[in-house]
Amino acid sequence: MIKQWDIQLMVIPALLLIFVFSYIPMYGVLMAFQDYNLFEGFWASPWVGFKHFSMFFHSPEFWSIIRNTIIISLLKFVIGFPAPIFLALVLNEVRHMAFKRVIQTVSYLPHFLSWVIVAGFTMSILSTDNGSLNILLQKLHLINEPVGFLGKAEYFWGILVSTNVWKEIGFGSIVYLAAIAGINPSLYEAAAMDGAGRIKQIFMITIPSIIPVISIFMILAIGNLLSAGFEDILLLGSNPVLRDVANVIDTYVYRVGITNQRYSYATAVGLFKAVISVGMLTFANMFARRSGNSLW
Amino acid sequence: MHSKSFGDRMLDVFVYGFLILLGFSTFYPFWNGLVISLNDGMDTALGGITFWPRKWSLENYYVVFRDNRIMNAFMVSVARTALGTILSVLCTAIFAYGMTKKELVGRKFYMVMCIVTMYFGGGLIPTFLVIRGLGLMNTFWVFIIPGLISVWNMIIFRTFFMGLPDGLEESAKIDGCGNWSTFFRIILPLSGPVIATLGLFTAVAHWNEWFLPSIYITNEKLLPIQSMLQQILSTNIMTEQMSKLDSAAQSRMTAMKSVTTKSLSMATMMVATLPIIAVYPFVQKYFVKGVLVGSLKE
Repeated sequence: MIKQWDIQLMVIPALLLIFVFSYIPMYGVLMAFQDYNLFEGFWASPWVGFKHFSMFFHSPEFWSIIRNTIIISLLKFVIGFPAPIFLALVLNEVRHMAFKRVIQTVSYLPHFLSWVIVAGFTMSILSTDNGSLNILLQKLHLINEPVGFLGKAEYFWGILVSTNVWKEIGFGSIVYLAAIAGINPSLYEAAAMDGAGRIKQIFMITIPSIIPVISIFMILAIGNLLSAGFEDILLLGSNPVLRDVANVIDTYVYRVGITNQRYSYATAVGLFKAVISVGMLTFANMFARRSGNSLW
Repeated sequence: MHSKSFGDRMLDVFVYGFLILLGFSTFYPFWNGLVISLNDGMDTALGGITFWPRKWSLENYYVVFRDNRIMNAFMVSVARTALGTILSVLCTAIFAYGMTKKELVGRKFYMVMCIVTMYFGGGLIPTFLVIRGLGLMNTFWVFIIPGLISVWNMIIFRTFFMGLPDGLEESAKIDGCGNWSTFFRIILPLSGPVIATLGLFTAVAHWNEWFLPSIYITNEKLLPIQSMLQQILSTNIMTEQMSKLDSAAQSRMTAMKSVTTKSLSMATMMVATLPIIAVYPFVQKYFVKGVLVGSLKE
């Protein structure tokens, strides 16, 4: 080891950083089982077992948080996951290369914007204060008065899912487009010979050919299924009127942990989510392995 | 063969119709934001600003560029993005190069140590307490140090380095290069594409981050532009909420004020987006490649 000090010098400082910023926090998760006291620190704080977990399970907000987390993540999964696949299939049918390139360039762009900017655009378009959507709907005589979309609980989930699709649909389609580009063209020629139209070719060749890529990304998405989102909900759901539909596990952890400084309790809630997520990932992979496309 | 069937023609109508709609709905919010930022604030209050400014004005931008807080936040973001990207890409590349060496004692263990962090993490609160315990709160370094090493990028770099021909390193060794000088003189100059790709993603992440600064930074002089923008936008919403509750006369006043805030926040948003829009056309060809490099690992 002394002989190779120069190579060790390349990796040891980096490993130290990983240790400090990844491993120490992992160890710190144990404070979910403590009454962590900032002044006494991790070592001196008393151990309390599952107290914080049971407090969370019995808290009045528990069911609405679980409901919102599950519904928002399911909506995002059911609509947000197939959307890029759909876009890739549609883009693949475009024969004008210039048009295709313009649409791709435009659709990738929102991925590179921060949620602050995207939320800003959303608020501007949906605003009662001459927001474009209200102007459009009034011109079409569908509504008489401007609607405060962002101040109404019933619209919140729809807005959240739409903005997520808006932001990520283009970028998400890249991998599927690449997978489609790798399909052997002779398959299409053979299908055309057999008299299959383009719609039939999509269902008989394109989609089956990209199933392996789809299932890998689906497993990854299932592992994140409980991550209903954080930045988007925090920014778009800041209106107190929306609390009942916008409160999810991650925003709850932020609110009780950072804002109210209940460190142990917030850590317990976060750990509860992490454990379930790992469980779901394992479960999803088990299914995928049966179909022959597993991640590990 | 060339006579299109009915189904194929319907497909074309659907495909082009859908894509034009998608393209428009993606492009419109940018355009509308730009138009509002270029329109007179009081005039915007009268409504109906959609595709084109009615009363041209650069006043919003004058105000934004004269606002010391916003300009300071912009410079914090520039400094953080430049320094953070250069240091992170360089340190991660050095780390990755070390990890390609088969003779490295402990290599397997180091690799496992890295991969574990991709699946497990401490979560928000324990990480927050570590950062706080290290005294990084309210310092510029909180932007740089915690993100200096990216395991994900290390793996992409490592894969790229391992794909380079062995002969390169051997001939450098014969010419008397040690591991460090081989890295800087031979490996790094050959890594242009992968540096560009990872550099772009790192830079975008640095530029866009607003949440962590909002919890780690209380000193306004260190707040980056995105966090500043978030504060501006959230006070904007509050004014809009208030304007509904107040009496008619008051609401008129607040409405006028909030509309000016609206034009100002649109101008600030444009300023905060500008760097990304400016580099986007030049780097587009790299990132598609980059996404595919990343997804191959999965």
